[in-house]
Amino acid sequence: MNNRHNFAAPRLSLRFIPVWRRNFLVWKKLAGSSILGNLADPMLYMLGFGYGLGSLMPQVGGASYITFLAAGTVCYSTMNSATFEVLYSGFSRMHVQKTWDAILNAPLNLDDVMLAELTWGASKSLLSGIAILAVIWALGLQASWLLSLWVLPVVILIGLTFSAMGLVMTALSPSYDFFMYYFTLVITPMVLLCGVFYPVDRLPDFLQIASAFLPLSHAIDLVRPLILGNMPAHIAGHVAALLAWGGVSYWLAVGFTRRRLLT
Amino acid sequence: MSLLSARNLRKRYGDTEVVRGLDLDIQAGECFGLIGPNGAGKTTTLKMLLGLIAPDDGSIEILGEPVPLRGREARLRIGVVPQMDNLDPDFSVRENLLVYGRYFGIADSVIRARIPALLEFAGLTSKENARITTLSGGMKRRLTLARALVNDPELIVLDEPTTGLDPQARHVIWQGLRRLISQGKTILLTTHFMEEAERLCDRLVILDHGTAIASGSPRDMIAAEIEPSVMEIYGETVADWGAQHGHALCERFEITGETLFCYTRDCDRVLDQLRAQHSLRYLHRPSNLEDVFLKFTGRELRD
Repeated sequence: MNNRHNFAAPRLSLRFIPVWRRNFLVWKKLAGSSILGNLADPMLYMLGFGYGLGSLMPQVGGASYITFLAAGTVCYSTMNSATFEVLYSGFSRMHVQKTWDAILNAPLNLDDVMLAELTWGASKSLLSGIAILAVIWALGLQASWLLSLWVLPVVILIGLTFSAMGLVMTALSPSYDFFMYYFTLVITPMVLLCGVFYPVDRLPDFLQIASAFLPLSHAIDLVRPLILGNMPAHIAGHVAALLAWGGVSYWLAVGFTRRRLLT
Repeated sequence: MSLLSARNLRKRYGDTEVVRGLDLDIQAGECFGLIGPNGAGKTTTLKMLLGLIAPDDGSIEILGEPVPLRGREARLRIGVVPQMDNLDPDFSVRENLLVYGRYFGIADSVIRARIPALLEFAGLTSKENARITTLSGGMKRRLTLARALVNDPELIVLDEPTTGLDPQARHVIWQGLRRLISQGKTILLTTHFMEEAERLCDRLVILDHGTAIASGSPRDMIAAEIEPSVMEIYGETVADWGAQHGHALCERFEITGETLFCYTRDCDRVLDQLRAQHSLRYLHRPSNLEDVFLKFTGRELRD
């Protein structure tokens, strides 16, 4: 920390684990409402639209609409859960409750706290992804058990990517109200552009091009084939794109947060 | 060997240099006070000493560790009571101690074994399972102090530990700190309560505008800087009294509003004079650290 630049590479250390455990202990206490809010909500939408709209439609993207939508919902729900956690709960821990200040007085560094937030956001979103996957299994929507299991590591990657992106907002935010910009200008357009509800090829060309750069598109391009029973195409490219979004975001988030709290 | 030494500390924010070439030396086993008006640079200094912000210039060594380079290793052996309570509101009293101990890498079994003594120290044994939101301000402070002891630290750093507490709660905190001093712990505290500094500190520095403007033991500083007696005189005509008698009867005097502070070695002469004045009320008291503080930092408001 010796006068080093705020945007030096984030340092990784296992010291983050007690902070992750702290968040886990809080979650255990409030699990009831948390599970209901994070898990039940996307599930209801998926079932409602899947069966309601799906009954009006022929096959979408080579599958029933509910299956098509379920694959999108795994990604959407994972993204949302990670985003909410690092934005609202993360901001509360950093700015409102001053939990981070207390932690930084112990032998932990800000980089440890950030790594804990990143992994905690991904952990909570993994739960959301698993819940949707469990519904898919329960309804037998997956074409292959084995392939659908591969959704789990992808969900972890999606959670890490969107946690990192959200942490950039948390680092820059003056108040909770600020997060509305991120939802309205980033998250909602992404949901509409990246093929959660309908295939991207239904969009005008220029929107398809924009869509191809967005992280949620890469997530869905990995998850949907796994549910439909195919090996995804261009796996390395999609994984690299998610890692790039996540990596650059995490680096920025750590830099902005150091600038905010350590100077 | 000092337990903490800092040389030529400097920190600048924009155009303002908030710490300007500060030197500090704290010996093992002493209670050291960092006192100063609001904005003097106390909290910034503490943050630099803990390795949370890097000084622009200067060097720090605490418990043999260079800071901020090895701030993590130094903080392993330091307990911190921050200015604002930042206990975990979602946890019980006991869970706050357990979770905080884990940050130091202490095994759960070791923390659990320490918790009864910490609760006893804080007078919170009966509140072990209470939620933080149900505690009074004094209880929260005591728990924050107990939390700072979870790693059995050699140095305890307290940033304004009794700000916002009622007198009863304040005395309980002082008692706790005296207990720690008698156990051989080293204490560094900031405060703007001079009474607190005078009661607890073996040595202190007065910090203003980022530099040390005076230092020493409270008793020595009072003896060296201030006449032994102070007459505080109140009344509408106090300015007239000062003009007539001030120079003759006081070694020094200051007027703020309708109060005159008369610093003197011979209070009997002042008392004789004042007994004849029916329009003035007065209070005779020994001089204290607050007089020293005000002499150095002035009486104008700091915001």
